[in-house]
Amino acid sequence: MMKIDFSGLDASVPLCGNTDELCNEISTEQKFELPTAADFDGFQREAVQMVKPAKGTTTLAFIFKEGVMVAADSRASMGGYISSQTVKKIIEINPYMLGTMAGGAADCQFWHRNLGVKCRLHELANKRRISVTGASKLLANILYSYRGMGLSVGTMIAGWDETGPGLYYVDSEGGRLKGTRFSVGSGSPYAYGVLDSGYRFDMSVEEGAELARRAIYHATFRDGASGGVASVYHVGPNGWKKLSGDDVGELHYLYYPVEPASVEQEMTEVSGS
Amino acid sequence: MARYDRAITVFSPDGHLFQVEYALEAVRKGNAAVGVRGTDTIVLAVEKKSTPKLQDSRSVRKIVNLDNHIALACAGLKADARVLINRARIECQSHKLTVEDPVTVEYITRYIAGLQQKYTQSGGVRPFGLSTLIIGFDPHTAVPSLYQTDPSGTFSAWKANATGRNSNSIREFLEKNYKETSGQETVKLAMRALLEVVESGGKNLEVAVMTKDQGLRQLEEAEIDAIVAEIEAEKAAAEAAKKGPPKET
Repeated sequence: MMKIDFSGLDASVPLCGNTDELCNEISTEQKFELPTAADFDGFQREAVQMVKPAKGTTTLAFIFKEGVMVAADSRASMGGYISSQTVKKIIEINPYMLGTMAGGAADCQFWHRNLGVKCRLHELANKRRISVTGASKLLANILYSYRGMGLSVGTMIAGWDETGPGLYYVDSEGGRLKGTRFSVGSGSPYAYGVLDSGYRFDMSVEEGAELARRAIYHATFRDGASGGVASVYHVGPNGWKKLSGDDVGELHYLYYPVEPASVEQEMTEVSGS
Repeated sequence: MARYDRAITVFSPDGHLFQVEYALEAVRKGNAAVGVRGTDTIVLAVEKKSTPKLQDSRSVRKIVNLDNHIALACAGLKADARVLINRARIECQSHKLTVEDPVTVEYITRYIAGLQQKYTQSGGVRPFGLSTLIIGFDPHTAVPSLYQTDPSGTFSAWKANATGRNSNSIREFLEKNYKETSGQETVKLAMRALLEVVESGGKNLEVAVMTKDQGLRQLEEAEIDAIVAEIEAEKAAAEAAKKGPPKET
């Protein structure tokens, strides 16, 4: 009597001829360990929240008549510990485009460098520079594809292209906004206060730089997670240029010099016995 | 030699890819197409073989839009053309989505040529049997361009070119008579070139004109007839002038 041939269903027979590592993975039983958690569905959300650090920084950028002004502080903090006062938070993507760093330092640095590579490849393939619109879109698409995986990036892409000055805000939630004034980070409310009240479109480069510097200073004064050095960059038709990098402690005494106090009572030597 | 023309991934001993060359033969049997670039106008003119009486001629458009600012005409296998055009149209929109900028003519030509090349280096597929003429204005610089691609996947820019049936004679005519033109003069040059090999008449030509502001405009049969009449009149006048004034007795 003929028997049905079940040999094809035999799981132990490897799918491919030579038994290399890939085959073992395919042919053995698929299984993975479940995490031991009370709330299985919610624990992943908690994990993401834990990984997502608050963006302890102050960065700002605004478009005005002479181009784009970009400024940032330089403090890195881990909870209450100030890990560095000299972090470069303005990243030079290419000679005419800048990115700011807020959120995870590694994430920002890596993805900005990656964006620089993509921009250069675009230039080589198309024989013209990529627009700020295009560059910010490339970054936003990458960050969107990693949405929910714990990247923390709150960046502004500032540059000058064929259509003039361009400024975009891009974050790790996948959001992308075009605008003329942005500030990102834990110190941004304070920076916005100074920036918005002092902003005029037709400022000169010096006036714009001073406004940016003051905004960063005020944010570092009130926000514990911001401090160090206030760097100010300007992006014009010929590319970016670093204008200044001032220690905010020194800026404090520049803006609020110590008045010699009027003496009410003076201590004198007691001509004593 | 016959042994080397089956799988196109195989070179023949003397360096030929026979399938690609056979594809070029298919192109040579297709309808004639001419493209001429002027300073502010670019014109595509394609031979229209006589349409059967019952066929709805509007469904057989030979000059198509890839985007608002780019158009394409081709010679060769029309079914292959349809596939290529669909992929190119998707790429135009995809580019707009990723960099928020319309494609340049060179970019989309490079994409189409790349696609044609891919099919000359894959197993189990045959090359696309068509050559294309791609015209358009670059989005920001407004420079007019005319490009040609062929089944091997090469592409280049041209001031004026022809492909399909009798393309050599048309190209010779263009080489002799090309000069920088604009507006209506460019249209006339393209039609004069095509009329070298095609029977004259509005129903035998399909002509489309692209300008920066108005995009692609297909000319009506009546318009084409009118321009053909002008061209014939100019030709007759030139002939008469050559013969010289009549002898006085």
